[in-house]
Amino acid sequence: MTTPDSTRSRPSWRSILIWTAISVAAAAAWGVIALVRGEEVSAFWLVLAALGSYAIGYRFYARFIATKVLRVDDTRATPAERLDDGVDFQPTDRRVLLGHHFAAVAGAGPLVGPVLAAQMGYLPSTMWIIIGAIFAGCVQDMVVLFISMRRNGRSLGQLARDEIGPIGGAAALIGVFSIMIILLAVLALVVVNALAASPWGTFSIAMTIPIALLMGFYMRTLRPGRVLETSLIGVALLVLAIIAGGWVQASSWADAFTLSPQTLVFCLVIYGFLAAVLPVWMLLTPRDYLSTFMKIGTIGLLAIGVLIVAPILQTEAITDFAVSGTGPVFAGKLFPFVFITIACGALSGFHALISSGTTPKMIQKESQVRMIGYGAMLMESFVAVMALIAACILDPGLYYAMNAPAGVLGTTVESASTAVANLGFTISPQDLQAAADAVGEESLVARTGGAPTLAVGMSEILSSVFGGDGLKAFWYHFAIMFEALFILTTVDAGTRVGRFMLQDTLGNVWKPLGRVSWKPGIWATSAVVVLAWGYFLYAGVNDPLGGINQLFPLFGIANQLLAAIALTVATTVLVKSGRLKWAWVTAVPLAWVAIVTLTASWQKVFSTDPRIGFFAQRERYADALNQGEVLAPAKDLDQMQTVVTNSTVDGVLAAFFALLVVIVILNAAWICWRAVRATEPLPSTEAPYVESKLLVSAGRFSSTKDTDAAEDRP
Amino acid sequence: MTVRRLLGLVRWYLRELTGETAYDRYVERHRLAHPGVPAMPRREFERWRTDRGDEHPRARCC
Repeated sequence: MTTPDSTRSRPSWRSILIWTAISVAAAAAWGVIALVRGEEVSAFWLVLAALGSYAIGYRFYARFIATKVLRVDDTRATPAERLDDGVDFQPTDRRVLLGHHFAAVAGAGPLVGPVLAAQMGYLPSTMWIIIGAIFAGCVQDMVVLFISMRRNGRSLGQLARDEIGPIGGAAALIGVFSIMIILLAVLALVVVNALAASPWGTFSIAMTIPIALLMGFYMRTLRPGRVLETSLIGVALLVLAIIAGGWVQASSWADAFTLSPQTLVFCLVIYGFLAAVLPVWMLLTPRDYLSTFMKIGTIGLLAIGVLIVAPILQTEAITDFAVSGTGPVFAGKLFPFVFITIACGALSGFHALISSGTTPKMIQKESQVRMIGYGAMLMESFVAVMALIAACILDPGLYYAMNAPAGVLGTTVESASTAVANLGFTISPQDLQAAADAVGEESLVARTGGAPTLAVGMSEILSSVFGGDGLKAFWYHFAIMFEALFILTTVDAGTRVGRFMLQDTLGNVWKPLGRVSWKPGIWATSAVVVLAWGYFLYAGVNDPLGGINQLFPLFGIANQLLAAIALTVATTVLVKSGRLKWAWVTAVPLAWVAIVTLTASWQKVFSTDPRIGFFAQRERYADALNQGEVLAPAKDLDQMQTVVTNSTVDGVLAAFFALLVVIVILNAAWICWRAVRATEPLPSTEAPYVESKLLVSAGRFSSTKDTDAAEDRP
Repeated sequence: MTVRRLLGLVRWYLRELTGETAYDRYVERHRLAHPGVPAMPRREFERWRTDRGDEHPRARCC
């Protein structure tokens, strides 16, 4: 375990040599990534730069934050020890808790964002993912985890109210709820885009419902609590479902599973509603187990694949789109749009909700916030690096044929080939068709959303390690399944959490709605939540300009603004608790994320370029509509009307999110000013000090496997 | 580290991660807190534990 700082001795020669070697290796890798042009760059360098930087960040910066800034104290009992009730609060082995926390924070976000951001080239994305994680994302997760832990595991909303005040607290709460709605809609849109017109994918994903039900009943009635064995059965059935999808696609059932995006939206909304009102043991819990196993297994597989294959990056380091801002995947320049497109993986506000929820109630010792908060986010960042690699090893022609909006590409391989040529890349119609055939899909044209692109990249990597070209289609659908499973789990859980937030809030207005056992209340609030994200999902599916193109920036802004709220709370707590000297640790990332997101919101609201500004877009289409004209890519007046409505709603939302965050930041600045001016320290909101009696062994197996303990040694 | 030990570690980790050991911990805790009082059978305990999830949803991130 961690040695108190006072007994710190001089570092050994061995340690100095090792860390020098790691620094040199990481610096060399960064040099290759940043400077080599016109030659082939292997993905290996990205992995090396990432791992080397993470090791240095974890060893030095995270340690500095733990000891100097937060002043973690292992003699102080954590809430898990003090309030141990065997249910919510219980001291949990740090490696197990790291697994829980990682499974809760990592989802489809770090997989999708980097794929879309690949349009800017691999260099800016890699830099933001790695540097952003080390100095912003991990810091946010760790500091929020610590603050919440010192306050008996209070949630972000409660922390904002306690530390900033009622206005900041209310703004934070509204922010969390509306951000969650957008998040669920965008994630669901990713699934819809991956499954539309793909009988193979649709069948496999549909089968996860009976599989989850079966697992639920098995654990409920036959073998209570035997999670491992149930999960193994589930994973085996899941793999079977993926294989069977290929048979279904080749059979007469194919038509039944070939669904339009609109039908899929309908299915997802009904599914989301059912998942939110059914008891958790039926659907949600078993699905969560499946998703966790698939998550850890697939990410492990991909890491092995990338290391063995070390594929060559096909994308340029920095593309012209980064400078011109005219990229087809999402509009806008490198700054600020790369930093909101890649949210999860570099800095994700949503993590603050997890770091201030279950995890702080289970920590054994204060110093473990470093491994759990900082460490889990480093792992997620690495997932994002791998997703970026999977996207960047694809031929750019194929990448744009898959990711530009349907309105630009048309529906045939020929039209897509022409459109890609207009963007300045080449892919022949034959090659495009061959790529679709190889992964067992009818067509890959305009399969936006990131998931199909990642799946193609993953199938390239995994099939060259396991099974060769013959298994490409299997691996493609395996990857699609894995992403859809994550996303549906997030949608299930998110709808339920949203429902509880709504019940909680509305319960203040009308009592019965707050009761968690009153069925009509549950149904009504669940329906409101489902319809809210369902609306954006439906709008996204029908948007002639491409739902991902329009909604993803909004999702990124929302997620990063939540990060701004979390970092504001963190900075306020640091200032109020007499750590003004160290407040820059969270204030600098806060300033960065505030500048990035407020610039992005500003551009999304006020830009006169109709590709970027929602209101400029609205005006352009509304004017044309008044003249009775139809502007491409809209095909008729109805679609023109759709564009006008969507851009109005999106523009208002972008402005609303920004306003919420400005309110929180200003309120917090005022509190900080008062704290600095106050002659005596403001009252502490921490739970009082209680001496820890808990002895923590290095774990059940104190062996060489325990690398963290080795890192902690001075 | 021997293969046996490694497999033991993996098994221990997975059982802890999935909450399969929750019942063992509960029995141990119950024995200390209420000696002589029989603990809930596993079936009942797992039901109670899962059903708590209905009212305590855990967010999953993106």
